[in-house]
Amino acid sequence: MSGSGFDYAPAPESRSVVDIKSAYGLFIGGEFVEPHDGRHFKTVSPASEEVLAEVAEAGPADVDAAVAAARRAYERVWSLMPGRDRAKYLYRIARILAERSREFAVLETLDNGKPIKESRDVDVPMASAWFFYYAGWADKLSYAGQGPDPRPLGVAAQVIPWNFPLMMLAWKIAPALAAGNTVVLKPAETTPLSALLFADVCQQAELPAGVVNIVTGAGATGQELVGHPDVDKVAFTGSTEVGKSIARAVAGSTKRVTLELGGKAANIVFDDAPIDQAVEGIVNGIFFNQGHVCCAGSRLLVQESANDELLTSLKRRMATLRLGDPLDKNTDVGAINSAEQLARIHELSDVGDAEGAQRWSPACELPEHGYWFPPTIFTGVTQAHRIAREEIFGPVLSVLTFRTPAEAVEKANNTPYGLSAGVWTEKGSRILWMADALRAGVVWANTFNRFDPASPFGGYQESGYGREGGRHGLAAYLR
Amino acid sequence: MSPTLTSVDDVALSESSLRRFLAGLPGVDAVGAEARAAGLATRSIKTTAKAYALDLAISMVDLTTLEGQDTPGKVRALAAKAVRPDPADPTCPPVAAVCVYGDRVATAVEVLRGSGVHVAGVATAFPSGRASMEVKLADTRDAVAAGADEIDMVIDRGAFLTGRLGQVFDEIVAIRQACTRPDGSRAHLKVILETGELATYDNVRRASWLAMMAGADFIKTSTGKVQPAATLPMVLVMLEAVRDFRDATGTQVGVKPAGGIRSAKDAIRHLVVVNEVAGPDWLDPAWFRFGASTLLNDLLMQRTRQRTGRYSGSDYFTLD
Amino acid sequence: MNDPTATGPARVEVRKTYKLFVGGGFPRSESGRTYAALDAKGGFVANMAKASRKDARDAVVAARKAFPDWSGRTPYNRGQVLYRVAEMLEGRREQFVAQVRAGEGVSERAAAAAVDAAVDRWVWYAGWADKLAQVTGSANAVAGPYFDFSLPEPTGIVAVLAPQASSLLGLVGVLAPAIVAGNTVVVVSSYARPVPAVTLAEVLATSDVPGGVVNVLTGDAAEVGPWLASHMDVNAIDLAGADPELARTLEEAAADNLKRVLRPAGTDWAAEPGIERMVALLEIKTVWHPIGV
Repeated sequence: MSGSGFDYAPAPESRSVVDIKSAYGLFIGGEFVEPHDGRHFKTVSPASEEVLAEVAEAGPADVDAAVAAARRAYERVWSLMPGRDRAKYLYRIARILAERSREFAVLETLDNGKPIKESRDVDVPMASAWFFYYAGWADKLSYAGQGPDPRPLGVAAQVIPWNFPLMMLAWKIAPALAAGNTVVLKPAETTPLSALLFADVCQQAELPAGVVNIVTGAGATGQELVGHPDVDKVAFTGSTEVGKSIARAVAGSTKRVTLELGGKAANIVFDDAPIDQAVEGIVNGIFFNQGHVCCAGSRLLVQESANDELLTSLKRRMATLRLGDPLDKNTDVGAINSAEQLARIHELSDVGDAEGAQRWSPACELPEHGYWFPPTIFTGVTQAHRIAREEIFGPVLSVLTFRTPAEAVEKANNTPYGLSAGVWTEKGSRILWMADALRAGVVWANTFNRFDPASPFGGYQESGYGREGGRHGLAAYLR
Repeated sequence: MSPTLTSVDDVALSESSLRRFLAGLPGVDAVGAEARAAGLATRSIKTTAKAYALDLAISMVDLTTLEGQDTPGKVRALAAKAVRPDPADPTCPPVAAVCVYGDRVATAVEVLRGSGVHVAGVATAFPSGRASMEVKLADTRDAVAAGADEIDMVIDRGAFLTGRLGQVFDEIVAIRQACTRPDGSRAHLKVILETGELATYDNVRRASWLAMMAGADFIKTSTGKVQPAATLPMVLVMLEAVRDFRDATGTQVGVKPAGGIRSAKDAIRHLVVVNEVAGPDWLDPAWFRFGASTLLNDLLMQRTRQRTGRYSGSDYFTLD
Repeated sequence: MNDPTATGPARVEVRKTYKLFVGGGFPRSESGRTYAALDAKGGFVANMAKASRKDARDAVVAARKAFPDWSGRTPYNRGQVLYRVAEMLEGRREQFVAQVRAGEGVSERAAAAAVDAAVDRWVWYAGWADKLAQVTGSANAVAGPYFDFSLPEPTGIVAVLAPQASSLLGLVGVLAPAIVAGNTVVVVSSYARPVPAVTLAEVLATSDVPGGVVNVLTGDAAEVGPWLASHMDVNAIDLAGADPELARTLEEAAADNLKRVLRPAGTDWAAEPGIERMVALLEIKTVWHPIGV
């Protein structure tokens, strides 16, 4: 019996829990409507390249209709409604998301490619928790530190990315609605389905028509939405490049803006770290969600005296990662979200090779169809390497070393970004010193990639501005 | 990070070198360790993997009775079950060992002779360990003389917690010596840390290394008489210790969680942790055991469910 | 003979040529350019240095250099430093009243009220230094075994286009909230009414504010502003003194490195400021640590 190996048999989650329609319209004014010019695009499963559905592409007339619906709902219903009643709608949504969690998890995994264990244990519960948390704020706005009678901003244009489609939707919609705003949200073009299922949740919760509007489309739709003159607030999560173009687009207007953009986080491991947990934190930091995480710990900074041992442990751990069918409950690493993203990861990894860094991946069979990239580390990386400076947004870790705490901080801060950072050491005073010195909006000490609706999240410098989560996240939707 | 273990003898030279070495082991972050164990506990083990795991788990059971009311009759019944856990199914593997008090070893040996099932005797004033060294040694020699081929000893938790690490070390060395039979062969030594009394993961990691350096063949979580007994994160930390100890010294040491593992599901979770933390080398009764009594019947029920496709009931499995 | 001291000709005044305030020193503009500051009636007041692109560059370098020390000081200390500024300003009250009155063309009473308010503003902001963390920070009740807290930190180097009309009170109203939390500043003073800004620089130079924490450029916001707005080592820009068209252009330029932007908002500088201006120049940092034994 011994030595035969413990091969986990396939344990796929059933697809049948979710009913995917062949085509989806736009969710405007509480109804699904066909796009004005009738254009659609396809959304595919990145794990199989199977077409999941046809989705409407919103043009200027559709965006205009959505903003008008949001404006009507804002003026006639939502901004007038007592906070306690807004709260009840948000609580309803939180509960429905929890009740339909399996459905959302499967749909998210199909459309995004992320492992079912993550959509099931992180994305969907977090989305529900976000609504539950902000529901509680809706009738307590005068305690939010924004003065005795804070007012909503109006219509919020929200554009979200493909890495956590439902969770980002919740991060955007929950505080906006709690504060009394109405929204027009555009999900990413590669992952529109969970937002469209969320529209169904809004109907189920009997949320007043027009309070939430979902317009699907690509970059042009997003530009149209952000640039719409009747929008009071723009909230965007995505790339720094697009974030900058939005910042330019709103210049001179009165639109309020929050941007949650890219990062190149340093995960710093000292030689007195709890090594096994540090290895888990590194793995979670860069391979969680295939590294499609803006706050991913993509730069590992290891104290030189611990480098060899840490790399041995890390490689051993990486060899146990299970890559494959995202619907399999034992899958740790799923599919890359799109062919385009896969190409970008290949390009930057090739640059890593060309620049002389040493690439390593565990033996790992990639499925024949779909978009896949193995968990990868580059050692021998320096600050001058492009893979240490540019956001790869994939399961690729660059390993650098340092000698002293000051050097670690200097290297960690030596980036135009400033979203997150990790510190691993058993010495309490050093943790606080490091946390103070790191120029990043979130510092995880002896942990990584933790999120909570009560905890403010957001970046310094080119990682964007404004915070999401907590009282600070609410402030972004109040005046 | 992990201090390089150049020579166990050097480290064990003095109380202070031992303390320095153990204190220098990397710390365990409790929340991280528990999160890792919880993550592994979500593995979904189905069909062929489950069948494999159930049989493996059965073959790893140290079928245990450690009660004041133990009689030769009780031990005989247990030993019979150990050899043929499922009388209705001859393909069911035997368990690894029967684990009894020292004065019941002879009975178990008598029944199990030639069966391949080992006899483990608990010794050293189990479960508290509160007796003089002479008594502990005599207890051990008694069990070995009665034919036990495995000795489950307890460490002196009082000494460990008060920092007398050298004393704990020396006791293990002495008990190991007492496991030697007249022919020069030696009963296997399992060292019980009683993790519930050591309380912290840092202590458990240090005690694991201490026991391994002193010559333990197995490190075992608990006596089963103290709560909490075996928990998944404690076992995880011990599996990390045996993994790292082998990396440092080349010597492989086994792990035995005991107490509190009652369901097949729980046992399979442990096997997942063994597989992914220590590695497949430990997926063998020679290197991993479950100290349990009621666990076996649940394993058998699940095994029958796997084979027949229907749920079984407790009436169909022997109660001994 | 008549006593010449009784009715003689008026004394010939010593005319001043004011300089910039950069890194704690008073350099001339590297461009060598000056312009005449006039009073509200068009009379000559003083020659001012006219700051150039390179002066802006030097000022940013000075501000960056001063940032680690200033932001690293205890809030208690920063509060004391700001309070000291109030004391020093109070000591020069008459001088400021005269300058504000001349530059803004307001009554003696109005000028005195503005100066008094400016002094009070420093006192008000001084008290904020060690309270911002409690008012803007939080302990966050997360659903897990973690200690999680959020604290404000200064955003970094702030470029400020000071209000054009309110030459002292408006200036203090943009300067104090920027530096109280630990930011360092490059401020472009009111073009037409620059004199109080230079006098304030003299106050700062002789108070306990470290060199480089506040850098004052006299000159044209429309000329210097774009260099500051596009400067990649500037972290935020306060456009209080920009007209709408300039503000739009500078906001666009500021997007290149995602500067935090404070748009001009028709602020009444005499009203109680509130904390928005301070908050806008803060970053909230959230720290997580597990709780376990």
